[in-house]
Amino acid sequence: MSHLFFLYFAGVIVATSILVVALRNPVYSALSLLIMFFHVAGLYVTLHAEFLAAVQIIVYAGAILVLYLFVVMLLNVKRDERYHVQAPAAAFLGLVLLTEVVLLVSQRAYQTAPAGLPAADQAGNTETIGEVLYSTYLFPFEVASLILLVAMIGAIILAKKNIDEC
Amino acid sequence: MTEVGIKLAFSLAQIAVVMGIVLLTVMILTLAERKVLGWMQDRMGPMEVGPYGILQPIADGLKLFFKEDIVPAGASKFLFSLAPILALVPALIGFAVIPFGPNKTIELFGYQFQPFVISDINIGILYILAFTSIGAYGIILGGWSSNNKYSLLGGLRAAAQVISYELNVGLAIVGVLLLAGSLSLVKITEAQSGGFWHWYVFAFPFPQIFAFVVYVISSVAETNRLPFDLPEAESELVAGFFTEYSGMRFAFFFLAEYANMILVSCIAAALFLGGWNAPYPGTLVERLGLEGLAWVEGVVWFAAKVYFFLFLFFWLRATLPRLRYDQLMRFGWKVMLPIALGNILVTAIAAYLFPR
Repeated sequence: MSHLFFLYFAGVIVATSILVVALRNPVYSALSLLIMFFHVAGLYVTLHAEFLAAVQIIVYAGAILVLYLFVVMLLNVKRDERYHVQAPAAAFLGLVLLTEVVLLVSQRAYQTAPAGLPAADQAGNTETIGEVLYSTYLFPFEVASLILLVAMIGAIILAKKNIDEC
Repeated sequence: MTEVGIKLAFSLAQIAVVMGIVLLTVMILTLAERKVLGWMQDRMGPMEVGPYGILQPIADGLKLFFKEDIVPAGASKFLFSLAPILALVPALIGFAVIPFGPNKTIELFGYQFQPFVISDINIGILYILAFTSIGAYGIILGGWSSNNKYSLLGGLRAAAQVISYELNVGLAIVGVLLLAGSLSLVKITEAQSGGFWHWYVFAFPFPQIFAFVVYVISSVAETNRLPFDLPEAESELVAGFFTEYSGMRFAFFFLAEYANMILVSCIAAALFLGGWNAPYPGTLVERLGLEGLAWVEGVVWFAAKVYFFLFLFFWLRATLPRLRYDQLMRFGWKVMLPIALGNILVTAIAAYLFPR
């Protein structure tokens, strides 16, 4: 049963990811990305990571993709031919990634499903994520927030027309 | 297999009942809104269909059903059809985790069921937030696919507005979550039992009154109701994102708006006003010796709180003029957001100093 779900989610993720780059109309691309985010969230649910699934939808589908759509609609990009210029670079990158995937798959062979933290299944994974994030992974967490802060300041500087005025 | 079958049948019956009640409430709301607005403006409201106009929603529904379904020239037909569905489904799906009454279990055919909540999942409130944010796609895509400048502007406004105010909704809720220590709406409601001074609007150690105000204002903005109805501002954009829609597709947007109103009212009632808990400890019915009927009182209190919020929506609509677009953005980011963030800070300190 869980294999069936995995195959469904994985299949849709692959198909929609290809559509994101293959479709000519940017709005349709964004829509396939939306479907992909949902299926990634579904994959998390099958792994009993409900918190991650909800956050995935709230952050990516609810905020980031809406911003993408906003920009696409604001610029009113109808059709775009720019993908053809990048074909050689894309082919090269694709080849590298494919090699990586083949290598990883051949090395790992068959493993059982990766086990999550045992505590996560008992206490409900929201509590566990909170505890782990603020104890074991406190430093990486703080570094990540610092990086985001830098990005925010950068965006404000870029958006400000005249810095001397303030 | 029979266990799965019985549970499935029970869940489907629950879903059917909840959907029926929600759609019925939408019907009542369309009439109630026009009546309330009429009375507030010293008018009668609809009076023609049936006694005092009470059959007006049925007439409206029939009219919408028989209207010609028009797809404008140059519109993206697929997205034009998809958009109303994308708006309606997330609005209805959120009701799955709302506790409508006391969290008791009944036994049916030897299996345990919770009659008043369809699904008590441990990320309840996040689930609702996730799906309400999807509702924005219906509006945005409806605006874009109509091939109409007014619709496009409405869709763009909706995108910016929903992102800005969704943030405030999320942050306003965090204070309650800090006090309750759970994301499940059932557990949050249960933590508020025993009198109105336990409701999170008034609760010790830090009353969530600021969060409550931020939540109510932001949820009005998120449902695109006046005074925040910029995506459909009729004096500027004809009808905004649904200018080109007619017939049942229009009805879907309409249903989505009202279902969203009911949903945010249910969340506000469950998070801040104690859900189905009465404002006094215990229930009156129980004291009269009818323990089996205590759930009736809970459901009635929940409905009363939800209708209070729905009335507030109408009241605001009758009272306030529409904000200008820059005022809307400034208000959201420079007033509501700092209040919500400050509330989280103070609540976190209070919850740390006075652990329950």
